[in-house]
Amino acid sequence: MALLVATRVKHYFGGLCAVADFNLELQSGELVGVIGPNGAGKTTIFNLITGVYRASEGSIRLRDIELVGKTPHQITALRVGRTFQNIRLFRDLSVLDNVRIAHYAQVRYSPLEALLHLGRYRREEERIIENSRRLLSIFKLEHLAGETAKNLPYGSQRRLEIARALAIDPELLLLDEPAAGMNPNEIDQLMEFIQWIRREFQLTILLIEHQMKLVMGICERIKVLDFGETLAEGPPEAIQNDPKVLEAYLGEGPVG
Amino acid sequence: MKTMRNAGWEWLMAQRWLLPVLIAVGFVLAFAIPEYNLLNKYVQLVMMYVGINIILTVSLNLVNGYMGEFSLAHAGFMAVGAYTAALLTQKVLPVAAYPGLFPLAVLAGGLMAALLGLIVAVPSFKVRGDYLAIITLAFLMIVKSVIENIDYIGGPRGIPGIKRLTTLPWVFFWTVVSIWVVRNFVYSKYGRGVLSIREDEIASDLMSVNTRRVKFLAFMVSSFFAGIAGALFAHLLQFISPRVFDIIKTTDVLIMVYLGGIASIAGSIIGATVYTVLLELLRPSTVAAMLGWLPAVVFDPLNEYFIRHLGVWRMVIMPLALVLVMIFAPRGIMGLREFRWFIPRRDLDAHRRPTVHGGSHGAARSH
Amino acid sequence: MSEGIVYWLQQALNALQLGSIYALIALGYTMVYGILTMINFAHGDVFMIGAFFCFLAAVYLGLPFVPTLLLTMLGAALVGVMIERLAYKPLRHAPRVSAIITALGIGIFLENFTLALAPYPKNIPPLLENVTWDLGGVSLSSLQVIIIFLSLGLMFVLDYVVHRTPVGIAMRAISWDKTFVPLMGVPLDLIISVTFAIGAGLAGAAGTMYGLAYPVIDPYMGIMVGWKAFISAVVGGIGNIRGAMIGAFILGGVEIMVTAFFPSTYRDFVAFTLLLLLIVVRPYGILGQPRTQKV
Repeated sequence: MALLVATRVKHYFGGLCAVADFNLELQSGELVGVIGPNGAGKTTIFNLITGVYRASEGSIRLRDIELVGKTPHQITALRVGRTFQNIRLFRDLSVLDNVRIAHYAQVRYSPLEALLHLGRYRREEERIIENSRRLLSIFKLEHLAGETAKNLPYGSQRRLEIARALAIDPELLLLDEPAAGMNPNEIDQLMEFIQWIRREFQLTILLIEHQMKLVMGICERIKVLDFGETLAEGPPEAIQNDPKVLEAYLGEGPVG
Repeated sequence: MKTMRNAGWEWLMAQRWLLPVLIAVGFVLAFAIPEYNLLNKYVQLVMMYVGINIILTVSLNLVNGYMGEFSLAHAGFMAVGAYTAALLTQKVLPVAAYPGLFPLAVLAGGLMAALLGLIVAVPSFKVRGDYLAIITLAFLMIVKSVIENIDYIGGPRGIPGIKRLTTLPWVFFWTVVSIWVVRNFVYSKYGRGVLSIREDEIASDLMSVNTRRVKFLAFMVSSFFAGIAGALFAHLLQFISPRVFDIIKTTDVLIMVYLGGIASIAGSIIGATVYTVLLELLRPSTVAAMLGWLPAVVFDPLNEYFIRHLGVWRMVIMPLALVLVMIFAPRGIMGLREFRWFIPRRDLDAHRRPTVHGGSHGAARSH
Repeated sequence: MSEGIVYWLQQALNALQLGSIYALIALGYTMVYGILTMINFAHGDVFMIGAFFCFLAAVYLGLPFVPTLLLTMLGAALVGVMIERLAYKPLRHAPRVSAIITALGIGIFLENFTLALAPYPKNIPPLLENVTWDLGGVSLSSLQVIIIFLSLGLMFVLDYVVHRTPVGIAMRAISWDKTFVPLMGVPLDLIISVTFAIGAGLAGAAGTMYGLAYPVIDPYMGIMVGWKAFISAVVGGIGNIRGAMIGAFILGGVEIMVTAFFPSTYRDFVAFTLLLLLIVVRPYGILGQPRTQKV
């Protein structure tokens, strides 16, 4: 069954059309890449899926639940996690708290229990601390749990952002340019890492990327966007040889 | 030398059982001081003002410090609490016969204020920063204006002759309760939600935080305790009028919040205490009493010019102090740091390195 | 003329007078917001300082109207620039909240500083001979005429400066972009200071005129008038100069209408309720443009 189905999604900013007619069917367990030049509407699509913007037209369904009209936290609670193009950590908070915050929807205690630290409060807090520390140790950040997020080096911040997204316990993970600012060596590691978390957490991944090496290396299917429209779609080999894509996007230089 | 002092401090901070002991001792003192007149009436009065100001500061810090919004409505919530409680003790509840009903009136004041807090929370969904400041200010002005126009509650003349029911034990009790509840709130998923809203509201929403719910709760808790403080204030001052709760009152609390430090309970306690005591110390009579040992040649001219006008000049010095704090220490004395006894042990442990020797970083909390 | 028309004309005239004073102050709020996206909460108190300068110039220097007005504007402008340099400039890169708090602090400082020096309300002497004309039942005083025309004159000068002179163009450029415009040789600090000077100078002029119309002045007079002017700026669309003028006349009209029908204690209530409704319905005001937030 398809996990995510977007049909005829359109979005306008004022009079400007950012996404013209976006269609996507994402099967459970797939790893799909979205590429396209700057301003092609890639990040807008993430914002539409996660409810930051409300699609002007069309429908986006997750496991047959309509997402258009839902708020970001409602959509996130349906197990959709994401990262951001320009890292958006809670910079002044601790590494641990960054991850703990993302457990919000999974923590089950009432405001009254929170105000009095009674009832389920203790058990639930212990549970999410344990889970947070587990995630941090997977990302080799456990020793930095008490550190302020903004003091982390760039690479660690990127990892922390993914850890935070996984704390949501997502089924669908949206990665917005995860390889931005990385050298080829780091990209190789990242590719392995993405494959690994996908298996480990049984994720369906949709990723936006400029680094062709990464997209071509790990994605099973690629969607090429230009000016809010789908230019081409298919497996990496087909995309690499598609004349339309070469002309519009890759025309200027060699792939990779 | 330094390491020895640190070791001593470390040891002290590890003795968490001291906190409940201190609270118990505080309660005993709160009962004993008025009972046996251990301190003079004036000092007792200042202590009660310190307590009320701590309640106001801790509660405003929740919205303005932890959440990073900018609300000017605090005096409005205080007014609602004060008027509700005063009307109850004056006209409804037979407190003269049953003084035990006083806490009910205080509680009702807090609940009324919390109800209004819910309304003020709504605009904070859409706007923040300057615009929220304006909306909350408009709210404060409207509360004041409504009170002025209802004759039944005294209109602009206010309510005189309120019974003096606020006592040192009650102030101490509510101060402890407000600190405890706000601390519990901060160290819960809602409190972390509040912090994440200050950091990045959109990211917070995308990390599953129900930002509206969190804002509702934060405004409710904050305004509830502002109402409690207002009720206690009314039954201490024994007179309230709309003019008591104007923008100047809010500004007082703002100064205490930002002086003590944003997003810190310890900071709120320090800010409220330092500011209240400092203002009292700068009273002309106090300064004159303190400088009384000076020879007459020095004291008399001082008394003539400086001390006599101090009443006004202290209100000149205080806002200047606030501006200087903002420029040189924008987060205040304890900004974003916490006294370790206030942090739940679970949170402290969770932030430690996984090594055997728990790495600890002074009294500072990591966020 | 029928009694009804006379009454309404009279009220309209009063609204025009009140609106002119609000407008002069509102311009300062809106200009500073336009260039720094910061609400200068101390601006109402600069207006109060203006009224006190007017008092000093008229009583202690014994100056006539025009030199008093010019001296007051100059003095207020100086105060405005000093506030900007000493209190706001160090916070230009600090969190927004710091600047708001500082502005509030400066406002309280100005109020109490003035109170410390002048503990009792002061009377501004009548600087102008006030003639009242009777136009078919509507009474029109020469003071009203001067206030309205002087304000309109100052507003036209400002509008010209902002839209037609290099300084005005630089101001508008900086309000668009504070990173790259200075790289093109626009002196950022100077332009910001000029903005504060003009805004404060106009508030000083408003202080003088207010003092002539309502001669008893006190250190706290700037709070409420300042807020009303601020509401005017928001009504018109904060950051928009022409909007501030329109907003001021609207608010002046509304306030006069309220006092005509209800007890005067309802005036503030209505003004602030109007502000609340407006922020909910159209937060960017009548002439303002909605700002979009980038995600």
